[in-house]
Amino acid sequence: MTEKKYRVLIGKPGLDGHDRGAKFIARALRDNGFEVIYTGIRRSPEEIAAAAVQEDVAAVGLSSLSGAHIRLFPAVVECLSKAGAADIPVLGGGVIPDEDIDILKEKGVEAIFTPGTPVDQIIEAFTAACSNHHKKRNL
Amino acid sequence: MAKTALTPMLNGLRNQDPRAIGRAISLVEDNAPEADIILSSLDEDLVNEATVLGITGPPGAGKSTLTSQIISTCRARDERIGIIAIDPTSPLSGGAILGDRVRMMRHSLDRDVIVRSMATRGRLGGLCGAAGAAVRIMASSGCKRIIIETVGVGQSEMDIIRLADITALVMAPGLGDDIQAMKAGLLEVADVLVINKGDMNGAEALFMDMEAVARERKEQYSRVIAVCRTVAREGTGVEELLNEIATIENQYRASGEHGRRRNQSYDLEVLDWAIEMIRPQILQTIKKDSKKRWGDPKIQAKNILKTMGLDYD
Repeated sequence: MTEKKYRVLIGKPGLDGHDRGAKFIARALRDNGFEVIYTGIRRSPEEIAAAAVQEDVAAVGLSSLSGAHIRLFPAVVECLSKAGAADIPVLGGGVIPDEDIDILKEKGVEAIFTPGTPVDQIIEAFTAACSNHHKKRNL
Repeated sequence: MAKTALTPMLNGLRNQDPRAIGRAISLVEDNAPEADIILSSLDEDLVNEATVLGITGPPGAGKSTLTSQIISTCRARDERIGIIAIDPTSPLSGGAILGDRVRMMRHSLDRDVIVRSMATRGRLGGLCGAAGAAVRIMASSGCKRIIIETVGVGQSEMDIIRLADITALVMAPGLGDDIQAMKAGLLEVADVLVINKGDMNGAEALFMDMEAVARERKEQYSRVIAVCRTVAREGTGVEELLNEIATIENQYRASGEHGRRRNQSYDLEVLDWAIEMIRPQILQTIKKDSKKRWGDPKIQAKNILKTMGLDYD
């Protein structure tokens, strides 16, 4: 019988070392039955994409509190695409101004969570992203 | 599931494509219908040639940091290497935080370092059910050496001894009570005892204790156990550790011990899977009979097996 377990990667691209948010989300996902590959702080988009491919995750979650999201989140999307993994959805969170949200979504980020987003909503978004990915995942 | 649909992935495995390797392990781990085709298409020669190194020890001893240093040393020797890093599944939510990779991220852009984090998914013993399959998939995609890093262990997580060709037990000073607790278990069966954090207070005393353990094993069972000291954070002693491991490996291959272990590992993994496969059926029979929860559970188990036609006495 096939087991339903969602594997996700949580990481922080760039030089921002504030990982409280990323760890909070990692724990929340764990508590909701996800297997969370935690890659820690100060990773390059290339490293995150390579890890996501090797770990065969169904979604990637990024956190940024330093203002570099506009460059870094789309860079991860692009690196995944270059690695032949454009199907892996990228979700992001952190201190992100409203006017940036649409820009990020246009550049392929699936969802953005700003401070104050209820955790249930974030779990729901990850569940939907993973479920979609599992349904259409090509061999 | 037709085999042709899987052809690109099976080719990908042979061509060392990280995407194919990752997906193949997932399908096997999830017990997907494709798993059997994948597992029966692997390259047996490559699987037999690869060496499986087990890294085990209590939480915080430095297993992941040491593993990362071993990767560096193997890469300097141009060996393609696979790592299976196991962390526990939460018994409450079924989720897991797989954090071993944090210490290995500097290798993530190296295509000849394949790292897979896996959760135990309810299995006790320090491994996950699909660890053996993951080893074979990595070997089949050209990894000459595969390291399995177990969960942080206590007294009885000894499954790694069965799966690995050679097992290193990593310990650190200051965890004395754990060592005491392990004396009747892992210490007896590990091939290499590694004192990590060898620059810390108490390392010398621990090293001498472990040398005494090794001597005792040699006198009692004529089994050679290597004792090594490392400072994994700095990479000190890792080259020597790998040389010791290579010596043991050559010995085991020459003496036939290697083959004997592989055979036993094979038999026990078959046994594990057989029990795993029949478990739901047994549980169903138990539940069917649950109105009369009478007598001692052990006696009831015999009755259940009898009704299932599996005579036990």
